[in-house]
Amino acid sequence: MCSCAETGCDLTLLEGILKPYIGIPGSLISVLQKAQDLYGYLPKEAVELISDSLGIPVAKVYGVATFYTQFCFEPVGRYLILLCQGTACHVNSSKQIEQAINEELGIVDGQTTEDGLFTLRNVACLGCCSLSPVMMINDETYGNLTPQKTRKILKELRSAAL
Amino acid sequence: MKIAVGQGSCGIAAGAGKIFTLLETEIKNEGLNAELTTTGCIGMCFLEPIVDIYPDNGELIRLVKVSPDDIPAIIGFAKERDYDAVARLRVSDEDNGFLTRQTRVALRNCGIINPEKIEDYTEKDGYLALKKVLGMTPEEVIDEIKTSGLSGRGGAGFPTWFKWDAARKSEGKEKYLICNADEGDPGAFMDRAVIEGDPHSLIEGMLIAAYAIGAQKAVVYVRAEYPLAIRRLSKAIEQAEAAGFLGDNILGSDFSCRLSYKAGAGAFVCGEETALIESLEGNRGMPRLKPPFPAQSGFWGKPSNINNVETYANVPWIFLNGGNAFAAMGTEDSKGTKVFALTGKTNRGGLVEIPMGKTLREVIFDIGGGIRSGKKFKGVQMGGPSGGCIPESLADTPIDYKKLNATGAIMGSGGMVVMDESTCMVSMARFFLDFTAKESCGKCIHCRIGTKRLLEILDRICEGKGKEGDIELLESLSNEIKAGALCGLGQTAPNPVLSTIRYFRDEYEAHINDKVCPAKECTQLLHFSVKADKCTGCTLCKRNCPVGAITGEARQTHSIDMEKCIKCGKCREVCRFDAIDVY
Repeated sequence: MCSCAETGCDLTLLEGILKPYIGIPGSLISVLQKAQDLYGYLPKEAVELISDSLGIPVAKVYGVATFYTQFCFEPVGRYLILLCQGTACHVNSSKQIEQAINEELGIVDGQTTEDGLFTLRNVACLGCCSLSPVMMINDETYGNLTPQKTRKILKELRSAAL
Repeated sequence: MKIAVGQGSCGIAAGAGKIFTLLETEIKNEGLNAELTTTGCIGMCFLEPIVDIYPDNGELIRLVKVSPDDIPAIIGFAKERDYDAVARLRVSDEDNGFLTRQTRVALRNCGIINPEKIEDYTEKDGYLALKKVLGMTPEEVIDEIKTSGLSGRGGAGFPTWFKWDAARKSEGKEKYLICNADEGDPGAFMDRAVIEGDPHSLIEGMLIAAYAIGAQKAVVYVRAEYPLAIRRLSKAIEQAEAAGFLGDNILGSDFSCRLSYKAGAGAFVCGEETALIESLEGNRGMPRLKPPFPAQSGFWGKPSNINNVETYANVPWIFLNGGNAFAAMGTEDSKGTKVFALTGKTNRGGLVEIPMGKTLREVIFDIGGGIRSGKKFKGVQMGGPSGGCIPESLADTPIDYKKLNATGAIMGSGGMVVMDESTCMVSMARFFLDFTAKESCGKCIHCRIGTKRLLEILDRICEGKGKEGDIELLESLSNEIKAGALCGLGQTAPNPVLSTIRYFRDEYEAHINDKVCPAKECTQLLHFSVKADKCTGCTLCKRNCPVGAITGEARQTHSIDMEKCIKCGKCREVCRFDAIDVY
């Protein structure tokens, strides 16, 4: 098994995923998505392996990956909070929800809590506008939020994890 | 008996998945002879989760806001036709008006059929239009679309037949058909609903277009944020292949077409067709210079045609009912129907499909049930970040491409975000510019730097640091950006600024000259005080104030030291007696 020293990610898994894409033009974004599904983020070693396998310079791979909001380069917390900042959520006070999360967890957009439990990410629109304001935590959507309800959800998740 | 649970993304978010599982278990336990099925989104998002019961007598019993506690009542009905048991859950006539006032073409099957079953689609005449089209010449197909007057539903409203014709006439054997399902406009979700609720209508529409332009390959570029849509689309593609609607020699004809999908990775600019093509090719989604247009040189440099989901979803209907039937709906300039995502401060929110020509007021008040909490209707943002804000005084504007453009807004993809008196228009413009500045791809300077500068000016106005001349500066900068930006994103980015200045100039002036936010939204411009007649001295605000600006003994009226106050609004948020006055 090939394990990289720096991040400890198992690159053999990625090698298998990469195979069908080799030699197929236009596959870079799909490959990056698969790699992120695998590791939860894009470790440096994975990006380098993708670059080697597809014959695309590392700089270009990073150029593409950093262009899109979906990709991240740091490990995310166990709970990834996607806080909707779409128009409907905005007019229904999503800023207050953001403030409640900031205070409750001590993190702002893009940060992860020290215990590695929560990562907060603001997103443009989750498409559940009639339930606004909305947030999504690991594929579960929570709608009609209030600051109090948000705090309660976070507290429950935290105590469930401990 | 059939029981259908609406499981679009918003239904699931409201708990429909749990309802489905509970019903499944109970039906099994009770040994009931009832078919449990899934449908997509009916569009009445404000009533989710929704359970539809068809008791085999032609009736439809629609139950709304169903919770796990209601399962026994539903099972009771399924067992003994106990109408009383479910009476309290049935949709009210008033709420049902949300649906009965609509005319559904693109959404004709959404919330009715099971999107995961091709048989449900074929039962509703699915793929009959394709069969019909394969007996026509491509020119006849394009002519029929011309007769229908269908125009692109993704934003600009360009005539669909014209794009198809240009791609058809382009030289080259290899051509591509692309579907733009990168619904990036915050506040719009009709394309998601179509793919989640009726994916085969998209596939059929795309096949008809592919036949018309002579494309053998078709691809759907779909937002990665829509995992359920991707799953259902992928399943539908497999089913269509197995049924011979996709692949080689479709339905025994000479026409062959493959269809695949690619997930986008989150970039608003990829809604622009050339940026979308760049992204499909695995690059940064940065727009190309036009001309050449995609019809001449698109995906991999080949002639390509791009339309969005809603546009394609209309196509099978047009061939089943005739282009004239489609053209009979709407206005002189805008034919057919349009789907709107009605959200914001209305009582009823969801997907609304209406013939063009209805007024905004009809949509917001007759269908949407007016404004929540008895507040006053202030305006409606049409077309998302590329659109503009239409004030209450223009609410009788008919929905029509030209008439909406004349107001400074656009039809866009159909986002309709309703605002009441508590929405600050300067802050709203700031919100959109924050979005477009972040989403600007950076290729052209007008958009990259221009949106950033607009945002800085709006930021300072919202913080009470606006200067005389700022409004004029915003206007001139906006016009420069509109004229100089490379693509649609930059050219339309200033629209929210210009339209809010046009209709709500007094709010800008109040922020700049009087340092007041009339909607009481910009916290930096607010003053907080305690209402002596309402304060009970519960100490809650005092305990929650992050800077210790509130003083007062228990059971005594509290007070706020404005010197210390950081205007965070925490006291107002926690107060249970509405005792914090904001002015």
